[in-house]
Amino acid sequence: MKLVYFAWVRERVGRAEEEIAPPPSVATVAELVAWLSKRGEEYAHAFENPNVIRAAIDKRHVQAGAAIAGAREIAFFPPMTGG
Amino acid sequence: MADTIRLQREDFDAAAQVALLTRACTNVGAVVTFTGLCRGAESGEPIAALTLEHYPGMAEEEIARHVEEANRRWPLLGVTVIHRYGRIEPGENIVLVVTASSHREAAFAAAEFLMDYLKTRAPFWKQVESAKGKDWVEAKGADDAAADRWRKGRDAAE
Repeated sequence: MKLVYFAWVRERVGRAEEEIAPPPSVATVAELVAWLSKRGEEYAHAFENPNVIRAAIDKRHVQAGAAIAGAREIAFFPPMTGG
Repeated sequence: MADTIRLQREDFDAAAQVALLTRACTNVGAVVTFTGLCRGAESGEPIAALTLEHYPGMAEEEIARHVEEANRRWPLLGVTVIHRYGRIEPGENIVLVVTASSHREAAFAAAEFLMDYLKTRAPFWKQVESAKGKDWVEAKGADDAAADRWRKGRDAAE
């Protein structure tokens, strides 16, 4: 699946997007965040406070408990500040 | 229904957008226009510019979902939403919401609803450029509370 990052999450991870293949045990957005956090310092820094991380699956907002099975694109970003 | 949703780097002309919307609809009795501009200071500190990042694709879809919701809630005759991205200097336009209806109540309420949701649900992020460097703007609790009002109103009506 494709991951995309925005704003300071993108800056901390150090890339705007990437392809990943998490193990089958990673079933939810929260579990994906925990899995990513162990991939390196930059991920640990980006996801150090999961409470301020927002997620979208295939361009729709989702909660941390959402299942990631079948997702084509998962986005991680900070709370939005548009308007 | 004459709804327009646009994301663009370039500026917009609010008056021209109102004219386009009212020309396309009949029986318009009320038009509400909201324009959000880039302030010259944040928390008392002068700023040089804002840079708006967005999630292409999702930003359009998310705004469209809220325009649909506004159309379900109020008898609107037309809606225009334009949101800019990229670098924007103080005094420049950032966002435009225009709502048209036969009567003012629907136009006022729908414009406020759309702005409250744009602030908290549309995937845009502002970065401030100032003498101190570049800083991401933090989300405001007051904006979440403003958006939540509409959710409570809907729950109460159900």
